[in-house]
Amino acid sequence: MAHTHTVKRYTGLMDWLTTVDHKKIAILYLVAGGFFFVIGGLEALLIRLQLMKPMNDLVDASTFNQLLTMHGTTMIFFAAMPLVFAFMNAVVPLQIGARDVAFPFLNALGFWLFFFGGIMLNTSWFLHGAPNAGWTAYAPLSTQFSGIGVDFYVLGLQISGIGTLIGGINFMVTVINMRAPGMTFMRLPMFTWASFIASTLILFAFPALTVGLVLLMFDRLFGANFFDISAGGNSILWQHFFWIFGHPEVYILVLPAFGIISEVISTFSSKRLFGYSAMVFATVAIGFLAFMVWAHHMFTVGMGPVANALFSIATMLIAVPTGIKIFNWLFTLWGGQIRFTTASLFAIGFIPSFVIGGMTGVMVASPPADFQFHDSYFVVAHFHYTIVGGVVLGLLAGLHYWWPKIFGRMLNEKLGKLTFWTFFIGFHLTFFVQHFIGLMGMPRRVYTFLPGQELDTLNLISTIGAILMGIGTIFLVVNVIVSSMKGKDAPADPWDGRTLEWAIASPAPEYNFKQLPLVRGYDALFKEKMDGRSELTPAEPLGPIHMPSPTILPLIMSIGLFIAGYGFMYQNNYVAVGGILVTFICMIIRSLKDDHGFHIEVEELQDKGAKA
Amino acid sequence: MSHGELTGNQLPAEPEKATLEGRNKILGFWFFLGGEMVLFGSLFATFIGLRNQIADGPAPQELINLTMTAVMTLVLLTSSLTSVMAIQAMHRKDTAKMYLWFIVTFLLGLTFLILEIIEFVEYVHHGHKFTTSAYSSAFYTLVGFHGAHVTFGLGWLLTLLIPFGRKGLTVTTAPKMYVFGLYWHFVDVVWVFVFTIVYLMGKVG
Amino acid sequence: MENLSALEPKGPVASEQLSVILIATIVMICVFVTVMIIYVYVLLKFRKRSGQTGYPKQVEGNHKLEIVWTVIPFILLIIIAVPTVKYTFSHDRNFGDDPNALQVKVIAHQFWWEFEYPNEGIVTAQDLIIPTGRTVSFQLESADVIHSFWVPALGGKKDTNPGLSRNHYLKADEPGTYYGKCAELCGDSHALMDFKVKAVTPEEFDRWVAAMKAPLSAPASAAAREGEAIFKQNCIACHAINDTETKQIAGGKLGPSLVDYANRSTVAGILFNREPEDLKNNLKKWLLDPQAVKPGNLMPNPMPVKGSKMEQNLGLTEAQVDALVEYLAGQKQQ
Repeated sequence: MAHTHTVKRYTGLMDWLTTVDHKKIAILYLVAGGFFFVIGGLEALLIRLQLMKPMNDLVDASTFNQLLTMHGTTMIFFAAMPLVFAFMNAVVPLQIGARDVAFPFLNALGFWLFFFGGIMLNTSWFLHGAPNAGWTAYAPLSTQFSGIGVDFYVLGLQISGIGTLIGGINFMVTVINMRAPGMTFMRLPMFTWASFIASTLILFAFPALTVGLVLLMFDRLFGANFFDISAGGNSILWQHFFWIFGHPEVYILVLPAFGIISEVISTFSSKRLFGYSAMVFATVAIGFLAFMVWAHHMFTVGMGPVANALFSIATMLIAVPTGIKIFNWLFTLWGGQIRFTTASLFAIGFIPSFVIGGMTGVMVASPPADFQFHDSYFVVAHFHYTIVGGVVLGLLAGLHYWWPKIFGRMLNEKLGKLTFWTFFIGFHLTFFVQHFIGLMGMPRRVYTFLPGQELDTLNLISTIGAILMGIGTIFLVVNVIVSSMKGKDAPADPWDGRTLEWAIASPAPEYNFKQLPLVRGYDALFKEKMDGRSELTPAEPLGPIHMPSPTILPLIMSIGLFIAGYGFMYQNNYVAVGGILVTFICMIIRSLKDDHGFHIEVEELQDKGAKA
Repeated sequence: MSHGELTGNQLPAEPEKATLEGRNKILGFWFFLGGEMVLFGSLFATFIGLRNQIADGPAPQELINLTMTAVMTLVLLTSSLTSVMAIQAMHRKDTAKMYLWFIVTFLLGLTFLILEIIEFVEYVHHGHKFTTSAYSSAFYTLVGFHGAHVTFGLGWLLTLLIPFGRKGLTVTTAPKMYVFGLYWHFVDVVWVFVFTIVYLMGKVG
Repeated sequence: MENLSALEPKGPVASEQLSVILIATIVMICVFVTVMIIYVYVLLKFRKRSGQTGYPKQVEGNHKLEIVWTVIPFILLIIIAVPTVKYTFSHDRNFGDDPNALQVKVIAHQFWWEFEYPNEGIVTAQDLIIPTGRTVSFQLESADVIHSFWVPALGGKKDTNPGLSRNHYLKADEPGTYYGKCAELCGDSHALMDFKVKAVTPEEFDRWVAAMKAPLSAPASAAAREGEAIFKQNCIACHAINDTETKQIAGGKLGPSLVDYANRSTVAGILFNREPEDLKNNLKKWLLDPQAVKPGNLMPNPMPVKGSKMEQNLGLTEAQVDALVEYLAGQKQQ
């Protein structure tokens, strides 16, 4: 087969803007997600500094409502989700023995759509004001009683939501169709299983958000009446759509984090995961139940006792498979040889933290109790325990664990442990007291509180904790900078790993595997090690490897929608239509021009050795 | 791995599934349709929840012309049938017939769209505008989204048919035609629900 | 703080809800302790010791254990679920047709609370007077966005939704002033939308009801009479007062009723009237610049305020504001 077309390979900035390589896209997600995490963290610090004492005037009421909205929206959609996608991209293809994901072009498109959605949302700070109706944007506050800021919310999330949906479909097809020979479903590492289930949740949850945002956009920009009671609309409709999306969303975040914990605990106790089948089953059960419980966010709406009771029972049921996981992790550690590295510290710190979050989850699942808890600081404590104590600690474990595989360098262990202890202690200090603040009568989303209501001391302690978390984050940033100045000297397998990604060089070579591996059991690499092999058994002969071409189209398509978004919110039809046209033209170009890709020839493979 | 050089009688029996890329595209598209089901399901739920909130606009019974709707349904359903004929021709390697059946599909789809536009203009003259009431907003959003899907499908079909002469039927182009067929059937099934829930139930009350 | 905390219930609804909270807490603490015992033991006993080589025994799982830690949590959940379901139903009881209950319609506004007693024919705001020992049946509504009606010491909250009416009930066991909060983000002054529930003995309540409908005699001081005139020119379109001329309650419903204003526990819901001079000082502070006290509130500025986010103003002078203060400080029904 002759290839007379010239192979396009870019370097420098163009390489990053045109890449369709899952490993580079992972780094893009990591950097962008990290950037938005810092922004969301600064927003949180301002919130806590304002609440340091009663009747504080660090920020005014309007700014505070924008801060809390942006903090929630940024952290969930633009920090946590992309960081989850970063690890899915970096790790899943390697763990299943594949060369890339099923749809490399769409993978890049998913990233750029997310990125521009996040940028668009954050430009609101500099334009006419950030959205201020909470990350939940309840109508009619968000439709008739808010300024243009909410349009940034609607359009920013709509654009990045398309990116997430694309990503979800991509990983579902990847895991189903692209596993190496011998990699059956019940031999998949837990992180891949978790990513697969989370991707299924994305597929079925995000369209509900899409519709909700469309209804919100149409009410705000085109005079529709979905939530306008004077024309027959219903404000509760928004809540249903938002939470039918919103509840699965938090499981989309936490299931991959659970997957990371399974990997890290197993590796650092040098033991296979205890109860693998039960863990798989529990993950599937949690994913399924995630769609059955959304109205537990609406107990105080007045849906009636039957609805409240049913959703309450369904919610409590989720505690069962979650508890199964906790015990399986504990019994993986049992009888092991536990090594305390930064990665394993985060995983070990996760266990009591997430358990507390889960406990308060069962407590708020009960409507009579929730009537007191709802919209108070108790709920703020609950969801921060699950999201920070669960998702973020899991992501930080994954970061320190997979950093060498992604970047070819080790993160500094001393700085890592400093990061862990300051962040962990700061986290508990910030949020543990909030359980009590809530029960003592402080509602959430309040820009200040009155003196003489016995809320002063606990709020101060919470703020001190937040400052500590900020310091922990600074240690992390320092660690990243310090380690990036060293050479790429990380070994292929720094942790004595058990899964396929540790069988190849660090960082992973462009083509992942010289020859696709033959998988002979669960913990595929560990199996080879136990059988005395130093390398994986190949499943195919050495041959030229076909790679997809880099392309600028995903970037341009995303810019098109980005421009269109501004057109819609500023009611400029030319800009709106123009932006959409740019996107459509790119789609047509993509359809008409065939991508033949390029080949990495055998000679290149043989002299590349361990280098990327 | 082939790069689409196989053509004509060299093509395998189901050319759309002959490559990994093709199988990926088809599986991915089925999943996408799953997401679209949730999307339309949500729009239907909104419509059903708000269908009695007509404010001071005309009631559905006054607006709906079942004859027009029946014609539109016939046209769209037939276009789905012709797309099946096209894929069947593709499996028989009869590319000329496949092309022809897809052109008929296009023309029928275009007819549906024109009839729907005429229908909407009628409604606006009767005082049933997008901004009239919660019912009208839900009506136009649901039926409009379906119409937008038809429009997008027609555009998509054009981008598939226009370069077809140059590219021909290969293991690279076959999955694209097949996936379009899936999409077109989906749009058709959604219309059956629209016809039932919006038009029939709207007329009967 | 007592009278604000859900942990110190002052009525049966709050007590029952606290009992569910305690059951759930105790059960969950048992789970936590179990987990932590295993956790601490494991981390201490199975640390990698220096010199340890080779791999530990690789254990696939244990069916018995899996069953144990599936069934036991299930049973623990049932312990929580039973009182949960019981109170979910009982706390949703609608006392709207109960002749023994006091009927109150609550209409939430940005950023104040309106209370209407349909059977007693009284409309008031911010301070909700109720008798002790008697069920108060609420119809909760909103005039604009979603708010939430929460009096932690008496019971949990329920949302007030525009276009919908929801039933709710509370009961106070003993006299006291219980703090109410808005518990759904509703705009800039969400944090400042406090109200008070004043539970008084049934006798006192009956006296209050009678007093609220009694006519008022003309104000004593000239300043106050001037204030009344200014009020009827500028304020009565939105605020109801007890008109001393017509001996009727008259005025608009866009803003809170100011009948019996001098007996309110706060000005604007958050400026406490504790000392005798507080009412006048607080009221003046409010009238000089309402946006400074409650940002985003919908009242036009009585006097022009430079740089104010509220564009409308009533063009009053400070002297006129002083007169209004004198007048309103005399608005006492008892």
